[in-house]
Amino acid sequence: MSTLTALRDATFERDLSLRKLKGKVFEILAFFAILLGIAMLLTLLIDVFLDGLPWLSTRLFTEFPSRFPEKAGLRSALQGSIWLMFLTALMAIPAGVGAGVYLEEFAPQNRITRFIEINVANLAGVPSIIYGLLGLGLFVRQLGLGRTLIAGAMTMALLVLPIIIVTTREAIRAVPRSVRHAALALGATDWEVSRDHVLVYSAPAILTGVILAMSRAIGETAPLITIGALTYIAFDPKGPFDIFTVLPIQIFNWVSLPQPDFHGLAAAGIIILLVVLLSMNALAIWLRNRLIIRW
Amino acid sequence: MDNNHNIVLETQNLNIYYGDFLAIKDVNFKVFRNQITAIIGPSGCGKSTLLRSFNRMNELVPTARSEGKILFNGEDINDPSIDPVEVRRRIGMVFQKPNPFPKSIYDNIAWGLKINGFRGSKSELDDLVEQALRGAALWDEVKDKLDQSGLSLSGGQQQRLCIARAIAIKPEVILMDEPASALDPIATLKIEDLMRELKENYTIVIVTHNMQEAARVSDYTAMMMLTGEGERSGTVIEFDRTDIIFTRPKDKRTEDYITGRFG
Repeated sequence: MSTLTALRDATFERDLSLRKLKGKVFEILAFFAILLGIAMLLTLLIDVFLDGLPWLSTRLFTEFPSRFPEKAGLRSALQGSIWLMFLTALMAIPAGVGAGVYLEEFAPQNRITRFIEINVANLAGVPSIIYGLLGLGLFVRQLGLGRTLIAGAMTMALLVLPIIIVTTREAIRAVPRSVRHAALALGATDWEVSRDHVLVYSAPAILTGVILAMSRAIGETAPLITIGALTYIAFDPKGPFDIFTVLPIQIFNWVSLPQPDFHGLAAAGIIILLVVLLSMNALAIWLRNRLIIRW
Repeated sequence: MDNNHNIVLETQNLNIYYGDFLAIKDVNFKVFRNQITAIIGPSGCGKSTLLRSFNRMNELVPTARSEGKILFNGEDINDPSIDPVEVRRRIGMVFQKPNPFPKSIYDNIAWGLKINGFRGSKSELDDLVEQALRGAALWDEVKDKLDQSGLSLSGGQQQRLCIARAIAIKPEVILMDEPASALDPIATLKIEDLMRELKENYTIVIVTHNMQEAARVSDYTAMMMLTGEGERSGTVIEFDRTDIIFTRPKDKRTEDYITGRFG
């Protein structure tokens, strides 16, 4: 193997097995990193299921909260969560998608637009408790809405609005310029290009983003505690101006009680919340895989 | 030069800037009706910029602006009274990379007709779609799958679909920006055959890097080159019948370029 020997040179590191070993070491480190994450998650899930499964029953869906663990349920919290999601979606989706479409498709490229864009992106990173404080000051007190569903939904809408705007913009930007050009070159107006192409092709990705934003809202607790939704509710909410509670708050409530039975109930509540969240995320992933156009 | 042909497009002292940068300088040339005019030249000399200015697509670049005139049937297309939408409806374009809409093959063709005010019956629309696909030599390959996505076709078929889409609205001129550069040689030949058929009814301007392609399909050739201060601005250095450009060019730079001495 004289040619291979000839390639050996003191100035180069030719030790191939050492170079390969370095790659292997990195691979093993990375594998342990992911193992750590998965192990944590599994521990958490197993723990929750062990505690919660004995308490999981249809009673959770039909009974109101109670002082007696064997009679307590999530009925008002589930209804509160559904109401809250519905009202939040009603406000946040039109406003968020509309703002995203405007910024991408119609806004003039000037300093005001850039200023708005930067602020929207920053708002997406603001801690949720800040939104709670804003909701408390503005909607609960200033507007005099009280601790109602509508005040909670407005707070939640503000919280998810930047997320919806940002994902809408990203979805629109993913539509290639070449398709816009193709449509414009046929003598289409800007509006026709937006209406029949850009918005149609970006709709699945926008919908995916909206679902993920809503799944964020359904799990949020801090802003709702701030506006005062931490209450004992033993009736079905009838409309937007009723006081309310939601799943994560009821879970939080039960966890903070001293009796171990309530901790079992809380675990059962967590299982229900997890199922809701995972189904929403699964729907989003399914939409992404099925409907989003690959260019 | 043979001036018996009817002039469709004509530039007069055309300058195009991107910001302060003069990309195209003092271009004067003509496009004759029912002829294929090729624009050739090295990369970055402004061929595509010139082509895109003919249907006012170049103004989509925010910093782009132009001086001088581009006359379409004697009318200045950059006149403030003229809407670019109307210009693009009458001067169609086929792009370098096939860019069909991610819609059905049928809708790829039908959409242009609909936005341009087609109000006829479904069967009339069907006929126009078929005509356009036949015109682009694609009908036989797709007639049984008109409801399939335009993106499901091969690259060469996609490009012919884009040509069909462009001719469906019956423009006077079709601008083609290196339409075969992303295709294999067989698909390229099909596009070239198609161009020879299309010139019966349309006027074609094609930008190409491929000298053989220009020689094979075009009737007239404009040779572009960087000139001016620091050789940064492109201009048409020679414009003539293709056979003359390729056999006895007047400009030494043209001769050097087409014989492969540089570029």
